[in-house]
Amino acid sequence: MSGSGSRPSPPAPSPTLRGPMGAMMGGASVKALNFKGSMRRLVARMRSERRLVSAAGVLGLVSVALSVIGPKILGHATDLIFTGLIGGRLPAGATKAQAVARLRVSGQDRIADMVAAMDVLPGRGVDFHAVGLVLLGVLVLYVAASVLSWFQGRVTTIIVQRTVYGMRADVEAKFSRMPLSYFDSKPRGELLSRVTNDIDNIAQSLQQTMSQLLTSLLTVIGVLAMMVYVSPVLALVALVTVPASMFITMTIAKRSQPQFVRQWATTGKLNGHVEEAYTGHELVKVFGRTDESVAAFRELNEQLYASSFKAQFISGLIQPAMMFIANLNYVAIAVIGGLRVASGSISLGDVQAFIQYSRQFTQPLTQVASMANLLQSGVASAERVFEVLDAPEQSADVQPAVMSKAVTPTGVRGRVAFEDVSFSYDPARPLIEHLDLVAEPGQTIAIVGPTGAGKTTLANLLLRFYDVDGGRITLDGVDIRDMRREDLRAEFGMVLQDTWLFGGSILANIAYGAADASASQISEAAQAAYADHFVRTLPQGYDTVIDDEGSSVSAGQRQLLTIARAFLADPAILILDEATSSVDTRTEALVQQAMAALRTGRTSFVIAHRLSTIRDADRIVVMVDGGIVEQGTHPQLLAAGGPYHRLYAAQFSGAVTDEDLEAAQPVG
Amino acid sequence: MLIPLLRTYLRAYQRPIVLVIVFQLVSTIASLYLPGLNALIIDQGVVTGDTGYIVRTGVEMLAVTAVQITCSIAAVYYGARTAMALGRDLRDSVFVTVDSFAAQEVGRFGAPSLITRSTNDIQQVQMVVLLTFTIMIAAPIMCVGGIIMALRQDVYLSSLLVLIVPTLLVCVAAIISRMRPLFRSMQAKIDLINRILREQIGGVRVIRAFVKDTYEQQRFDGASTDLMDVSVRVGRLMALMFPTVMLVMNVSSVAVMWVGGHRIASGDMQIGTLTAFLSYLLQILMSVMMATFMFVMLPRAEVSAERIAEVLDTVPSVRAPQVPQVRTRHTGVVELRDASFSYPGAQEPVLHAANLMARPGETTAIVGSTGSGKSTLLNLIPRLVDVTGGAVLVDDHDVRSLDPTDLRFSIGLVPQRAYLFGGTVATNLRYGKADATDDELWAALEIAQAREFVEAMPGGLSAAIAQGGTNVSGGQRQRLAIARAVVKAPDIYLFDDSFSALDYDTDARLRAALSTITAQSSVIIVAQRISTVRNAERILVLDQGTVVGTGTHAALMATCETYREIVLSQLSEEEAA
Repeated sequence: MSGSGSRPSPPAPSPTLRGPMGAMMGGASVKALNFKGSMRRLVARMRSERRLVSAAGVLGLVSVALSVIGPKILGHATDLIFTGLIGGRLPAGATKAQAVARLRVSGQDRIADMVAAMDVLPGRGVDFHAVGLVLLGVLVLYVAASVLSWFQGRVTTIIVQRTVYGMRADVEAKFSRMPLSYFDSKPRGELLSRVTNDIDNIAQSLQQTMSQLLTSLLTVIGVLAMMVYVSPVLALVALVTVPASMFITMTIAKRSQPQFVRQWATTGKLNGHVEEAYTGHELVKVFGRTDESVAAFRELNEQLYASSFKAQFISGLIQPAMMFIANLNYVAIAVIGGLRVASGSISLGDVQAFIQYSRQFTQPLTQVASMANLLQSGVASAERVFEVLDAPEQSADVQPAVMSKAVTPTGVRGRVAFEDVSFSYDPARPLIEHLDLVAEPGQTIAIVGPTGAGKTTLANLLLRFYDVDGGRITLDGVDIRDMRREDLRAEFGMVLQDTWLFGGSILANIAYGAADASASQISEAAQAAYADHFVRTLPQGYDTVIDDEGSSVSAGQRQLLTIARAFLADPAILILDEATSSVDTRTEALVQQAMAALRTGRTSFVIAHRLSTIRDADRIVVMVDGGIVEQGTHPQLLAAGGPYHRLYAAQFSGAVTDEDLEAAQPVG
Repeated sequence: MLIPLLRTYLRAYQRPIVLVIVFQLVSTIASLYLPGLNALIIDQGVVTGDTGYIVRTGVEMLAVTAVQITCSIAAVYYGARTAMALGRDLRDSVFVTVDSFAAQEVGRFGAPSLITRSTNDIQQVQMVVLLTFTIMIAAPIMCVGGIIMALRQDVYLSSLLVLIVPTLLVCVAAIISRMRPLFRSMQAKIDLINRILREQIGGVRVIRAFVKDTYEQQRFDGASTDLMDVSVRVGRLMALMFPTVMLVMNVSSVAVMWVGGHRIASGDMQIGTLTAFLSYLLQILMSVMMATFMFVMLPRAEVSAERIAEVLDTVPSVRAPQVPQVRTRHTGVVELRDASFSYPGAQEPVLHAANLMARPGETTAIVGSTGSGKSTLLNLIPRLVDVTGGAVLVDDHDVRSLDPTDLRFSIGLVPQRAYLFGGTVATNLRYGKADATDDELWAALEIAQAREFVEAMPGGLSAAIAQGGTNVSGGQRQRLAIARAVVKAPDIYLFDDSFSALDYDTDARLRAALSTITAQSSVIIVAQRISTVRNAERILVLDQGTVVGTGTHAALMATCETYREIVLSQLSEEEAA
């Protein structure tokens, strides 16, 4: 695969975080399943549902007991019918003793013995009233057993669904505590797969095993008790099947486990490929990469087929193997029982009863064992979820106790200072070194410089997407690392290069930073960002639903919406990161004015490449290769004739000329 | 939908399926045979005290057991193989079908839903087929066996089965039919979870910047709670299934007892028959229970099958011609003849009767305000969408008559959103030309003004790129996307606002470098900045989907009001500088 040149896409370990996924994704090397540990963890997650679990246990217990008793009482009905049958054949009017005596006289000793043992009234036929009563009783029992079993199923469902819901919530919460580098280093579809495919698999596995495991185990115990009661010797023979079953199940399970791990890991990888192929759909087509994309897909698909087949086949062996043991046991009991009857040490009826019980005993045992594959599959998935939950988090926010010593985030004036800041994404390649920069409250600081000079990194550091390696950044004199990220970020408004809208109405998207904004506030913000007009031309206006891909809204319009969002959020400090680059020029001019209005009274960092945007900035900082090479006001820098001058000249060399100015005059 | 889908996709596996059925049959019969042998041990061995017979029959039972396990294993083998192969084939078909979709179809389903359908939904179908092979085949055999034995015991009593079986079917069908809409909603909720998470991972920077973690968690929680609610409702119905079947069967045995009792009393039946009949009823019950296990999974698989079929049955709006025409020359002449495009059902066309002629060596620029149809026009050329009126011609052939692969081979597109694939710089650059040498890559990077920063990246060409290119800045991403198109050395370059994230300096140098390699290519640029387009041979001015002017910068300044307005708007900004 590696040499093929097709998109092998070893899921890019980010420069900063090349750790945890390296091994996972390496194709052949699949981590072994820590079945016991992960199983225990999965069970531990149900601890909060302790009461429901015990409720399900009790309901199951009673339900199983009732359905075991059922056949016994039904047997009583058989006895009643049989009694009636015999009684009907005996002459009426005589007593039981007379009837027995008469039978003995006629030489029918065996029947006489039987009748003597029965509660029979000669001459009376089947007492259907009594039979009816018994059957009614059984009916009540069965209805009760079914209702209880139904309730047990309902409770189990709630336990399982709450458990997986908790897992989803934990993963989601975990995502918000993870460093950005985690998301940069993983295919998005792979992460999605863990939340959808894997958690779904856990739910299905638990749902099916939980209810049956309990019922089956209870049945095994109940039947075992009956067996010991009937014949301790034969019970011992039957008991041998338990360790044998355990041995076989474990032997097979050990072999199928890695396959299940591989199956779900490959599912994740496949999902990753699918997600990326569907996201970059048009590129795949235009670059004629359909064949390669399909080939890469097929390779993963083939791997998934191979691992899931092996997983299902190997674990599928458990059931036949258990059946085999059950049958061996059956044969053993039949033969040993038969021999023992022949030698007179046990009655025939007991052997027959015993064979029935041994059937009832091994059947649920087989069921328990065959659940092993469901459980393994579920635990393999659970482990992938736990892996996310265990991934390293970004440094924890300071504790509230420490916080109290720090500044309260309210009443921020907006003085931002970079003090001797050093930072790099990759320790081998220093990016920003010993940077000093102060923004007084209300100032506009423009950062210019070639792409890759570290402009965006400054914004990342300010918002603590990354923490500085050396020096410190202070907000009104407080080291931002002593503030909670939330509180820090709440002071910032940001318009990013990458517009981001979520699936929802335009209204909701603009109100993203201020959930309690009124409709009029929202439309005011939209007006300020010059988005109001185009929104109103849409068929559903502000209620127009846009999706992640934003197909119904052009790139420029998306940008206007994110600007409107920043207006509405009304923050103390602004970061404008190449924000207006794809708004068309007519609109852009207007946006510039609005931006200027927005900047008044706020400390602003403008990361820009259109120098016209930032002429009136309080300070222009020219960055090259992570360091500040020049700073000052527009006139100062022009006069200095340094890098800024060069940039400025370059910009206008290709732009509008005097000729255009002349040509434009008559129109204007 | 499940049955037709399976009928189509299992056709290739007739032989293994027959094998599964045969092995299951033998295995089931073998396990039904064992009690018979056991009865012999008791009747002829124990009663007569013939220990030799007991041992002999025991050995025979062992042999039957061996046959049984062999067949079971073989059945599991073929069953697992076929079911998993079915999953593989379905995934393959869905993936290839989605690949053939045009942007419109992808948009209609939404990528998150397509992802669920490609993995999760297929998983459901695959599992049900597996269960069918392992359980479902044995169940009817046991059931039929039980019914036959019951009939042999007493025909009259067996008539009760006529009552019992339909009752069972009605109960199961009633529950399943109520589950189906819930499962449909459940799969939709999984789509929603997929969508929200995908947005959250993609927008993680904005979410954190706006301190919306809590809000996002609530949004996710809403979807997650919905999924839980639906799952619980489904689970309740599932929980009903098993007890219902049990109840029906148990009530049946009570009924058999009552009716049978009367028949015994009236002398129509032996009491032994009643006991035997009950045990066969138990066997039928067991088989129905086994089937129930599958019925629980069935509705979800059916909904999933529906969702899969929906994808497979979608006819892409852009289709390859049956017999593609072969271009006699590959020069890259692009012509639009009254090309129009409107979305189905839309009142206004996005693009209305646009005409354009772009020749190799020329640069054609398209300007216009946001939403004027510029990107749509560009997308018509590589057939990302097809015209709804008029025609697009490349090298004098209607693009719809050409082999899409061949057509797109001639085109280098730099889309508006510069998307990079997860991998390395090199894998991204080689995207359009897999066999490009490192020198070619560096040359392309040089032209795209990206050489410097790629050299500075750890690993250079083999530096890691995160999915979507999120680990490089917007300007870098755009330049890599340009380099990717340059590596391909196409006849036609399509730049969709591809210089927007570059500073003027870089933009100017990049375009100067580009001109050296586009001498033999047609270049079509969608741009905002007049400085980017002013030297183009031809500028097309779009306003609300209509071409309002075509010509050189100078000509348009003289004749086109809209163009003048655009230029002026940029002037006013820089004039004051």
